[in-house]
Amino acid sequence: MINNTNGINYTNLILRILLYFFLSVFVLYYLLPLFVMITTSLKSLEEIRTGSLVALPRNITFEAWGTAWSSACTGIQCEGLKPYFWNSIFIAIPAVFISTLIGALNGYVVAQWRFKGANMIFALMLFGCFIPFQVVLLPMARVLGLMDLAGSISGLIFVHVIYGIGFTTLFFRNYYVNIPSELVKAAKMDGATFLRIFWSIFLPLSLPIIVVTVIWQFTQIWNDFLFGVSFSEAGTQPITVALNNIVNSTTGVKEYNVDMAAAIIAAMPTLLVYIFAGKYFIRGLTAGSVKG
Amino acid sequence: MSNWLEKHLPKIVLGPSFLAIILFVYGFIAWTAWISFTKSRLMPKYDIVGFIQYDRLFDSPRWDVAIDNLFIFGFLFILISMFLGLLIAIFLDQKIRIEGALRTIYLYPMALSLIVTGTAWKWILNPGLGLEAVVKSWGFTNFTFDWVINPDFAIYTVVIAGVWQASGFVMALFLAGLRSVDQEIIKAAQVDGVPTFKIYSAIIIPSMAPIFLSAFIVLAHLAIKSFDLVIALTGGGPGYATDLPATYMYTMAFSRGDIGQAASSAIIMMLVVFAVVVPYLYSELRNKNDQ
Amino acid sequence: MNSVNSTFKFKWGNHMFKKLVVAAVATSFTLTASVSYAGPKAEVLHWWTSGGEAKSVAVLQKEFSENGGSWTDMPVAGGGGDAAMTALRARVLSGNAPAAVQLKGPSIQEWYEEGALADISAVAKKNNWSKVLPASIAGHMKCEGKWCAAPVNVHRIDWIWANASVLSSNGFGMPKTWDEFNATARALQAKGIIPLAHGGQAWQDATVFEAVALGIGGANFFHDAFVKLDKKALQSDTMVKVFDQMRIMRGFVDKNFSGRDWNLATAMVMNGEAAFQIMGDWAKGEFLAAGKVPGKDFLCASTPGEGFLYNVDSFAMFKVKGSERQDGQKLLAKLIVGKNFQKVFNLNKGSIPARTDVSLNEFDHCAHVSAADMNASSVGGTLLPSYAHGMALRGAQAGAITDTVTAHFNSKMSSKDAVAMLVKAIDNSK
Repeated sequence: MINNTNGINYTNLILRILLYFFLSVFVLYYLLPLFVMITTSLKSLEEIRTGSLVALPRNITFEAWGTAWSSACTGIQCEGLKPYFWNSIFIAIPAVFISTLIGALNGYVVAQWRFKGANMIFALMLFGCFIPFQVVLLPMARVLGLMDLAGSISGLIFVHVIYGIGFTTLFFRNYYVNIPSELVKAAKMDGATFLRIFWSIFLPLSLPIIVVTVIWQFTQIWNDFLFGVSFSEAGTQPITVALNNIVNSTTGVKEYNVDMAAAIIAAMPTLLVYIFAGKYFIRGLTAGSVKG
Repeated sequence: MSNWLEKHLPKIVLGPSFLAIILFVYGFIAWTAWISFTKSRLMPKYDIVGFIQYDRLFDSPRWDVAIDNLFIFGFLFILISMFLGLLIAIFLDQKIRIEGALRTIYLYPMALSLIVTGTAWKWILNPGLGLEAVVKSWGFTNFTFDWVINPDFAIYTVVIAGVWQASGFVMALFLAGLRSVDQEIIKAAQVDGVPTFKIYSAIIIPSMAPIFLSAFIVLAHLAIKSFDLVIALTGGGPGYATDLPATYMYTMAFSRGDIGQAASSAIIMMLVVFAVVVPYLYSELRNKNDQ
Repeated sequence: MNSVNSTFKFKWGNHMFKKLVVAAVATSFTLTASVSYAGPKAEVLHWWTSGGEAKSVAVLQKEFSENGGSWTDMPVAGGGGDAAMTALRARVLSGNAPAAVQLKGPSIQEWYEEGALADISAVAKKNNWSKVLPASIAGHMKCEGKWCAAPVNVHRIDWIWANASVLSSNGFGMPKTWDEFNATARALQAKGIIPLAHGGQAWQDATVFEAVALGIGGANFFHDAFVKLDKKALQSDTMVKVFDQMRIMRGFVDKNFSGRDWNLATAMVMNGEAAFQIMGDWAKGEFLAAGKVPGKDFLCASTPGEGFLYNVDSFAMFKVKGSERQDGQKLLAKLIVGKNFQKVFNLNKGSIPARTDVSLNEFDHCAHVSAADMNASSVGGTLLPSYAHGMALRGAQAGAITDTVTAHFNSKMSSKDAVAMLVKAIDNSK
C-alpha cells in the first residue's frame, strides 16, 4: 500500500473523494440486482404490477418468503423449496469434501513429488476444467446407468467430484508449489513417509487454500443445474431444479415476489459462505495460490 | 515391499484422478467427436457418415451469429472484467476504511447462479420496466436504453450482466496479487520519490503478470461456458441475436433432437478452447520447469 | 388407499438400496406372507409446473391414487419442455426412463424409432379409443399402428383475442380478413392503442406466422408447405405474401415486445393497452383467472382464414421394467382418456377434450366455438397440425423454420430473402 505522509495535501484529498465516488458508483452497479430482488420479494403482487421496479415496497410483506419455502408449486407438489434443500445439502457436502481431499493429495504429488511425466499429467488434468458440461451429459448418463447410479444422490456426488478434480488440483498445486522443497527433503531424511509428510507438514499449512477450494467447489456444486436436472429423478432433485420449476413455468400466473424470494433462499448458503468466509478467501488467494 | 509402495505411492495416489479425467473428459470428447461424424438425431447412432454435420454447421446462419457472438462477447467480457477488476482492486488497495464490506459487495455476484439473477437483470434492462422507464420517470424523457431488444446491441447487455458476475472474482485475484508484491521494492521507489501512478504502472502491474494469466484463464473459461447467462437474460433473442455456441449446442441436442449437429458444434467449441488454453499451459509449465 | 408419496426418499444408490430392500424382504418373509407387489406405480415427467396447470394434473394424480396407484411426480419446467427433454434423454440413456412423459407430435414417433416406447394397444382396445377419438388425433398417438401415447386435450392455436370495449368504443368488430385486420389495426394505432400485443420470443413469432400463413394461403397451402415441406409451396409467391403480412404485423407491435412473456401480452389486452393478441387458447385461461367474462370483457374468434390449427398434449408411455410400473402405465393411460379427467382438466386449462363424447355443458362460449370448428374442419379437411407447437414437423425442421421467421421478424429482411433463407434452412436441417 502506498503511503503518502505529506500532511493535508489537497490533491490527495480530491483524489480520495474521487476514489470514494467511483467506489460508490460501482457499489450501485453490483448491488442493483440484489436490491431489485429483495424489494420485489417483499412486495405484494398488486404492488409489483402497478409500481416501479426500483421503488421501495410500500407495505412490506413476508408472505412470498413463506410461500417460497414451504408452499410454492414445483409441479403437483406444492411444498416449496424445503424438501429440495436437503437434497442439495446431501449432494454438496460430500462432493465438496471428497473433491477437496483428492485435490489436496493430487496437488501435493504434482507440486512436491516430481516424477517423470507429472507435469504432463497435471496439464492434461487441467484441461478438464474447460469442458462444457453439455458435452458430458449424454455419455455420462450412459455410464451412470451402467454403474447403476442413475437417479441417485451418490450418482450426483460422483459426477460433481469427477468434474471438480481439475480445479481442486489446480488450487492446491499452485499453493504447494510455494512451499520450499527443503522441508520435504529434510523430513524424508528423518525417515518420514509420503503420507506422514502430507499429514504432519502440508495439511496444517493448508487452511487458506482449503477455504478457497471449499468456497469455489461449494458454489459450483450448489449452483449447478444441468447435472442436477439430468441425473436426478423424483425425490433426488436438487434445489436448483425446484427453483427452475418455480421461476420458469411457461404458462400461468407469474408470482414475481415468490420467484425472487425463492431465488434468494436458494442462494442463501452460497451467499452466507461468501459473506463470512470472504476474508479467508482473499487471504487464501494471497497465500500463493494466485501467482501460480 | 513397503519400499516399493513408498516409492510409487505418489503415482498411485495421482493415478485414479488421472484415469478418471482420461475417461470422463477425453473419453467423452472422443465420444462426442465420433457422434459428430454420424447422423445421430434423437439418440446416439454410431455409423460414420463423414463431414455432413460440419457442412451443415458452417452453412447455418445461426451458427455464424453464435461464433461471432463468442468472439465479441468473449473479447469484451474478458477485457472489461480484467480492467474493472484491476481498477477496483487498485482502489481498494488504498487503505479504505470499509474495505471488508466493499469487498463482499463486489464479490457476492459470483456466489449467485444466473437462474437466480437472470430475471432481475432482465427487468433492469427492459426498456418498459427497468432502467429506461425509471430514468424517464425522473424527467429525462429522451433517455433510451433499449439494447436488450435490439438485435444489433443485445449481445452487449449480455456483456454487462456477465461482467457484473465475474469482475468481483477477478478483483479478488488482483487484490491478492497487489498485496503480495514485495514491499521492499515499493518502499525503495517511494524513497526515490517515484509518483504513485508510476509505481503502479512500472513496478506493481508488471510483476503481476502471472495473475493476469490466471484471471484470463478463469474468464475465458466462463466466457466459453456461458449458457445460463444467455438463457436467463435473453433466451438467445431477439430472434437468435444473442446465441452463443454453448446455447446453440444445447438447443440442437435437446430441443431439436439433432445430436449429431450438437456434437459438431461442441467439437468446434472445444477446438476454440484448445487454441486459447494450450498456449497458456505451455508457457505456465515451461516457467515451472525453469525453477 | 395409497396416497402420493410426497416425502423425498434419499436414494443412496440403487444398488445399495436394492441390497437393503432384499434384506428387509428376506427378514419379513418369515413374519408375513410377503407382498412384493405394492400396486401400480407411475413416475410422470412433465412441465406443467405453474399453479393452474399443476392443479389440472393433480386431478389425474388424485384419480390415479383413488384407483390404487402411486404417482411419483417428476416436474421439470422451462423452455416449453427443453429442460424436460434434456432430463428425458439422460434418463433413457441411463436405462432409467420414467413411465409417462409429456410429449406431443412427431417426437412421439421419433422416440418410438429409438425403441423407447411401450405398446398400450391393449388399453386402447379395451376402452374403445378408436371410437371416441377423432381420426387425426388418434394418428398422432400411434406408432406404426400400435398405440403408444394417450391424448390429454386439443388446443387451438389460431385464435385472436380482443379487448371488447376497445373494439366496441371504436366501432370495430373482429376482423374477418387480414386486410380488415390491417385496417382496424392502423385505425387503432392512430388513436394510441397498441394494435397487437405480442411477446418477442421465437415460439410466439412462430405462432403468429402460422396463423397468418393459414389465413393467407389456405389449408392446402399450409399442408403442402408445413407438413409435406413441399419446395414449390415453400418458394411460392404465396409464401412471399405471408412474409409481407408479417412485416406489416411487425409494425403493429409496441417497442418493448422483445422477450416479453405471452401472459404479459395477454395482460396488455386485458387492461386495454392493446387491442388484439394472436395466441392459442391457453390465453383464455389468463382471462378467466383474472375474472374476465368471454363475450363481455374479451372476445375470441378464429384468426382470419379457413381452418383449425391444433396442438394435442399427450403422455407417451416409455418402456419400463416390472409389473408395478407397467400396470401403473396401463392404469394411467386408461384414466387419461377417461371422461372425468378429460372434462376436468380441460375446464381448468382452456382447451377442449380430445375425447369427442364428453359433454361440453360446463364449458364456456369460446370452448363451444372451438369444438364446433374442430368438428367442421375435421369433416371439411381443414383440421391441421400446428408446426409452431411441434405437431406437424420434427424438431430440427420446425426449428429451422422458426429460426427464419424470428430472424425476419426481428430485422428488416425482405420477404424474398426470407423465403430463400427458409428454403435453405429447411434443406440444411434434413
